[in-house]
Amino acid sequence: MNDMSEGYVTADGRKIGGTLMEMKNITLKFGGVTAIQDISFDIRDGEIRAIIGPNGAGKSSMLNVISGFYIPTEGSVYFKGVKRGPMKPYQVAQLGIARTFQNIALFDGMSVLDNIMTGRLTLMKSGLLSQAMWWGGASKEEDEHREKVEKIIDFLEIQSIRKTPVGRLPYGLKKRVELARALAAEPKILLLDEPMAGMNVEEKEDMCRFILDVNDEFGTTIALIEHDMGVVMDLSDRVVVMDYGKKIGDGTPDEVRNNQDVIDAYLGVSHD
Amino acid sequence: MADAVAADISVQSIPALLARNVKRYGGYPAYREKEFGIWQSWTWAEAAEEIRSMAMGFLSLGVERGDHVAIIGRNRPMHYWSMVAAQMCGAVPVPLYQDAAAEEMAYVMEHCGARFVVCGDQEQVDKIVEIEDRIHAIKHVMYTDKRGMRKYDHSRMNALEDVVAEGRAGHYRYEEEINKRIAELDYDSTCVMLYTSGTTGKPKGVVLSNRNIIETAKNSSEFDKLGHNDEVLAYLPMAWVGDFIFSVGQAMWTGFTVNCPESAETMMTDLREIGPTYFFAPPRVFEGQLTNVMIRMEDAGKFKKKLFDKYMEVARKVGPRILDGENVSFGERLSYALGNMFILGPLKNTLGFTNIRVGYTAGEAIGPEIFDFYRSLGINLKQLYGQTEASVFITQQPDGQVRSDTVGVPSPGVEVKIGDNGEVYYRSPGTFVEYYKNPESTASTKDAEGWVATGDAGFFEEGSGHLRIIDRAKDVGKMADGRLFAPKYVENKLKFYPNILEAVVFGADRDRCTAFINIDLNAVGNWAERNNIAYASYQELAGHPRVYDMIKSHIDEVNRSVAEDPMLSGCQIHRFLILHKELDADDGEMTRTRKVRRNIVAEKYADLIGALYDGREEIYTETEVTYEDGRKGSIKATLRIADAIVAPEKRMAAE
Repeated sequence: MNDMSEGYVTADGRKIGGTLMEMKNITLKFGGVTAIQDISFDIRDGEIRAIIGPNGAGKSSMLNVISGFYIPTEGSVYFKGVKRGPMKPYQVAQLGIARTFQNIALFDGMSVLDNIMTGRLTLMKSGLLSQAMWWGGASKEEDEHREKVEKIIDFLEIQSIRKTPVGRLPYGLKKRVELARALAAEPKILLLDEPMAGMNVEEKEDMCRFILDVNDEFGTTIALIEHDMGVVMDLSDRVVVMDYGKKIGDGTPDEVRNNQDVIDAYLGVSHD
Repeated sequence: MADAVAADISVQSIPALLARNVKRYGGYPAYREKEFGIWQSWTWAEAAEEIRSMAMGFLSLGVERGDHVAIIGRNRPMHYWSMVAAQMCGAVPVPLYQDAAAEEMAYVMEHCGARFVVCGDQEQVDKIVEIEDRIHAIKHVMYTDKRGMRKYDHSRMNALEDVVAEGRAGHYRYEEEINKRIAELDYDSTCVMLYTSGTTGKPKGVVLSNRNIIETAKNSSEFDKLGHNDEVLAYLPMAWVGDFIFSVGQAMWTGFTVNCPESAETMMTDLREIGPTYFFAPPRVFEGQLTNVMIRMEDAGKFKKKLFDKYMEVARKVGPRILDGENVSFGERLSYALGNMFILGPLKNTLGFTNIRVGYTAGEAIGPEIFDFYRSLGINLKQLYGQTEASVFITQQPDGQVRSDTVGVPSPGVEVKIGDNGEVYYRSPGTFVEYYKNPESTASTKDAEGWVATGDAGFFEEGSGHLRIIDRAKDVGKMADGRLFAPKYVENKLKFYPNILEAVVFGADRDRCTAFINIDLNAVGNWAERNNIAYASYQELAGHPRVYDMIKSHIDEVNRSVAEDPMLSGCQIHRFLILHKELDADDGEMTRTRKVRRNIVAEKYADLIGALYDGREEIYTETEVTYEDGRKGSIKATLRIADAIVAPEKRMAAE
């Protein structure tokens, strides 16, 4: 496989660091169904890494393995060179992993601002009591968190809906709020599960720009699953292609585009 | 203020006014901007320091006397400061419309030969990069928002805040030079150059001197007794002369506070938070707000709706009379005060109008019922008439003499006369110096004695002495039988209906008038919802038979009212159609200030106009549209043409 310690330079001149996360020989089985079969790949510091594949290829399962929600049946996940054991969700968050969901998972009745504030929960230090009583360092701490959240609101250009309940927002904006909440946790690595699904062209373009900007401004490593091939090819530095739970390609968008197995998987091939 | 005027004879430039304000109002807020959810503010002293540092930063980049500095961005303190900083260097600020496409921008940039450009954000920088190859004059680009700018070639590009830091760091080197350049400025130096939106032809660069701006700001501030405690919200395009007069001219003269919204979308929230005392808006903003209020009241509970209706009734009867200082009985006053407590006050608060002392509207005619609505709430809304070439003010309405159908009396210092053909001429200290690099146009607009033709036809009303504007002088034409054709007069009457967004009336050299109608999607969409009318698109709603019936009833009413004016009774609308798309500035059908470009519309939709006159019932058409990013597409539609009822004319005896 690739050299682990050294990075590379992308076509547009960004420097990508060494390996941040590594999946080694991952296999995931649900009873008799094998969702992922012996897949290995790595995610490097600062890159945009896409996982693509036809429906049912096992992409979301793979993302769930990365996020620590599923524990692989075989194989292991290394984070910064350390083998990762089973973890509670808050431990995942503390490691610096944040995600968005394919089906939006926000608190509908809460305002955009409050939703994004929840993203900072794991970073808050004052206890439940002092927060409830608005006592001690709680008020000062909230100001600091609010400042961070406001910067994200400004960054994603959602100032006008700051106080709007999420339930009243259109789909494209909800997606953006979800991204904002994930960003609020100041993640090292951001997992995006189909960030553009169900969006119109303009919303997709906006989302692309935000993803690139996040990567550029905060240096956040991004792993994303996406169906829209145009988006994936424009956006990502390296692409993993899956089909029927197996890895059939891995490389830069150009390499993947010319890979015969990938072409067969997407366009179909006659079996006779 | 009298002593102030006497003491300020020496103050002959905006930078000099700034220095005066630091002495006089140093600790009072000069600029506010909402950022990161909080209103940040700068006092006059702080703002002056920033501006001076920026000016020295400009010097370090090599800004020369007479250079043009283009400014493209939304209303932000940094952008206002960059205009004053440019003036300090002896350069000329040229604010541009930020929603202009790169192509439109290229013309203006080339025409003024701007060597320096201040861009609001990446979007604007991209446009400059796009046209840079063709326009070689551009030497350096500055930007306010750093977002997304990391990967650009920075050999000729800087963040504006870095330029300010540079100026601050190098102040020992630049102090002497900047003081010298500021001292060189006088009443005759150019204050700003503004490009007119150009209803016809290419935009023209209007050169306004310090005399124009400062004298106008002085006169108009005294007219409305503006002082340093007033607050304005700066949200209209910076390239528009009105914003320059309000947010720079008058702000510098009186020392009031300029508040910049967080973004264009948050303007309404910001308006409510700031509660300005002095407010300007084009009629469509007031219309939009009224429509919103009415839509929300339709959805309110029965009790609330009843209270609202009752006190609005009282307000309509009493409010304007109280504003105009007429005699109002104690009972009526009491009932108005109650209404104010329960309904009108909270409503004004929601709209952000609680503190308004002086409000202006201009640009287009405003519907009488819209005008009356705001006045009945106790908001001192007035009309003014002006143009870029006059540094805004030509006429305005004094307190207590406000009506919806006039534009007021000549502003202080302005002389107005009516030409033989009915065209309005004016002469004032605010009259522009020249059109930049266009002596022919200058000569044809401004005569040797300084009289400027407005291009509008109007007359002074007998008795009140107020000016009434009928239409653009060149649009006022004759019909085939010689009767007067004033399309705008009829269009304005039509646009007073909330359901009608735009109307274009045709009829010059024809035997009768016809019209294109644009429905207002907000108002008609809401009406459709309440009446269970299903529609999937703008186009489908626009073509719905019941929408046609509704619009027809509006046109019938307008025809009846037009018929009552013997001079204009020929302008009744015989046939009309509802357009399948909104007229749009991106398609060139309107100016950026949203005025219809009559000739372009007539040319583009020649087939539809043909159908209006040849008696067809419907017509199939394809229209090219341009999206915001410059791509093109087309809309196909079959439009129905309907007849309206024409009222019997009261023709003049002489004809």
